[in-house]
Amino acid sequence: MNRGLLFCRARGMAKAGLLLLLALSIGSYLVACGGTPASSGPVTLTFWSWVPNLQQAIDLFEKSHPNIKIKWQNVGSGGTEYTKLTTALKAGSGAPDVVQIEYAYLPQYILSGKLVDLSQYGANDVKDQFVPWTWAQVTSGGKVYAIPQDTGPMGLLYREDIFKQYNLPVPTTWDQYAQEAIQLHKANPKIYITDFSASDGPWFFSLLWQAGSQPFVVNGTTLKIHLDDTAALKVANYWGNLVKSGAVSTTADWNNDWYAALQNGTLATWITAAWAPSDLEGFAPKSAGLWRVAPLPQWTAGEQASANWGGSTDAVTTQCQHPAEAAEFVKWLNTNPEAVKILTQKLYLFPSQKSALQDPSFDTANSFYGGQQVNRIFVESAQEVNTSFQWSPFQDYVFSQLQNQLAAAVNGKISFEQAMHNTQNAVVAYARSQGFTVIS
Amino acid sequence: MIPSRHMAKHSQTEAIQQAIEVQELAPPASGLPSALRRWRRWRQRAVIPYLFLLPFLLLFSFFILVPLLYALWTSFFVERLIGGTTFVGLQNYQEVLHDGNFWEGVRNVLLLLFTQVPLMLGLALVLALLLDSQIVRLKTIFRLGYFLPYAIPSVIGALLWGYLYSAHIGPFAQLAELLHWPPPPFLTAAGLLPSIANILTWQWTGYNMVILYAALQAIPPELYDAARVDGASGWEIAQRIKIPLIAPAIVLTVVFSIIGTLQLFNEPQIMTAIVPNLIQDHYTPNLYAYNLAFTNQQYNYAAAVSFGLGAVVFVFSYVFMLVTYRRGQR
Repeated sequence: MNRGLLFCRARGMAKAGLLLLLALSIGSYLVACGGTPASSGPVTLTFWSWVPNLQQAIDLFEKSHPNIKIKWQNVGSGGTEYTKLTTALKAGSGAPDVVQIEYAYLPQYILSGKLVDLSQYGANDVKDQFVPWTWAQVTSGGKVYAIPQDTGPMGLLYREDIFKQYNLPVPTTWDQYAQEAIQLHKANPKIYITDFSASDGPWFFSLLWQAGSQPFVVNGTTLKIHLDDTAALKVANYWGNLVKSGAVSTTADWNNDWYAALQNGTLATWITAAWAPSDLEGFAPKSAGLWRVAPLPQWTAGEQASANWGGSTDAVTTQCQHPAEAAEFVKWLNTNPEAVKILTQKLYLFPSQKSALQDPSFDTANSFYGGQQVNRIFVESAQEVNTSFQWSPFQDYVFSQLQNQLAAAVNGKISFEQAMHNTQNAVVAYARSQGFTVIS
Repeated sequence: MIPSRHMAKHSQTEAIQQAIEVQELAPPASGLPSALRRWRRWRQRAVIPYLFLLPFLLLFSFFILVPLLYALWTSFFVERLIGGTTFVGLQNYQEVLHDGNFWEGVRNVLLLLFTQVPLMLGLALVLALLLDSQIVRLKTIFRLGYFLPYAIPSVIGALLWGYLYSAHIGPFAQLAELLHWPPPPFLTAAGLLPSIANILTWQWTGYNMVILYAALQAIPPELYDAARVDGASGWEIAQRIKIPLIAPAIVLTVVFSIIGTLQLFNEPQIMTAIVPNLIQDHYTPNLYAYNLAFTNQQYNYAAAVSFGLGAVVFVFSYVFMLVTYRRGQR
């Protein structure tokens, strides 16, 4: 046994323990120490990812790479994972070797210096295989910090039966969407056109993205912050008016009530991303055949602006003792044709790889959506994503402030416009206190 | 003359003591000078108790003292994403004093403290007295039944109640729908705190009841016999004998409840997933400290908030103890 490692493990655990006690709270998130013995024999890499059924791709990798074993763990999706990851990185041990991180959260981990620059391990060789905006989001200052895994160009899922029953055309502009929201709710007070979830910061950001808002311009440690620019206020007021009119529900998303509402027809649309159609099949199986897909409604009729919501990358942490093997794994997982086929066609991730988007077998009819070629809408949407959109290097904080403020607005304590101003002020103050230079 | 007599007496006792010690403890055949022997004996006497205390002291310092001191130390610094860590003295504490989010959380837990805790402890006392009285049959079953919610992990309890409260799929909501009533307002801005209070009451009444019941069992039954001979009714016995005699146990449950309520974390943390619009990141001070540390990465400020909460807990527990102590004196 490697004594040095044992020591590292004990010290790391103690440090993690101290950090936890610091909050004087109960939630104990002690995580198993990542890393592997430096002895000979196969190398074992731990991999955190919340993609379901990923094991089939991992089995394939282990078959062609007998010297690398992958220990896949699902420690929770999104925020749940980031809380554990941030704590483990801070503690100095306990982080996985390879980790799934969404695009929005990459900059904060890059800034903290806890991700390995993969360009030393030939990551730039696979650059041309990816959709350009995804590659732009994983690189910073000529270094490559992750490999794009999947994306979430946006579209509108809607209940064709409900729109038909109430004689409503599928909305193509946001104005039309708002009018129909009111008509629909008037015709049947049990039905809402959709749900405004104040607790889903990433979703609200994708709405800002589509409207052409540019909340952050990042240049090293100098930031421009405009969370209340004209486009952002337009989006905020639009939803503020809809919430006030009572024509949209304000239940939080991603919980049992919300799944039930999508299944039983009390929500008529879902403004969502390309990974959603397969999710919906999972949590609303009884509504099979009733849903269809349309492009996202537009702010200006005839335009074709889209946005991205979610989608992930795979990165290697600096706690990894075998970065070369880890880099090989993330490259293989996201570029090997068979692996990509598993990711996109068996696990229903929406590809970030050009070849997969053009693959004819990706453009199949889906019976849950009445035989519609669902992916075609999203492939078109992917071309219309504004590629210059940027995230802040402390996006966790931004989302939590935005969610606080939107919740207050939904509860009628402040206006939606005020919520955006408050978020702007809080984020600027935070950025300054963290040592960033904020310019206008 | 008196001082010298006193001194003589003193040295006399010392000599006797020494003689006893030499007789009892010193190995008779020892060739060591007596001064050195004495020093060794003294050292042994001083060290041995601490050797016995060592396991406790080690655990205490490793799990209580060191983390506390580390957190206190941390709270005097600010760590910036750009520029690293700098010493700022008491600046974090100054910010806590002026932090509206912190005080909003404190207000929420104080509301619970002044409404839910008296209700719960009153209920626990009544149940304990009933179990202790002659009128209840199947005592073991009832005692176990009331205690059962405490055996359910509070995380599971919160999930369970979250489902029961649900305005769409919960059983109460479905019943209301059958009767064409509006869904019960469990998870609304106004109904949330009472809903949480209900979970806490469900979970902790049995626990407090067991403490009070155990104290009641320790009262010598002769007192009841004497009271009955004097013609006291069951109610009078409870009021005049039982309650005064278990007062220390009642004080204990109140102090535990003050600490537990002010540190509330599990229930709001679990219910955040169900009603994130209502439970924000600073709903209780503990939740605030947790989110500051693990979402906002403001570890130093989180430490200061924790100590701020510690101060509030201390003040309320201390004031309560003081008040009950004064009353006891009168």
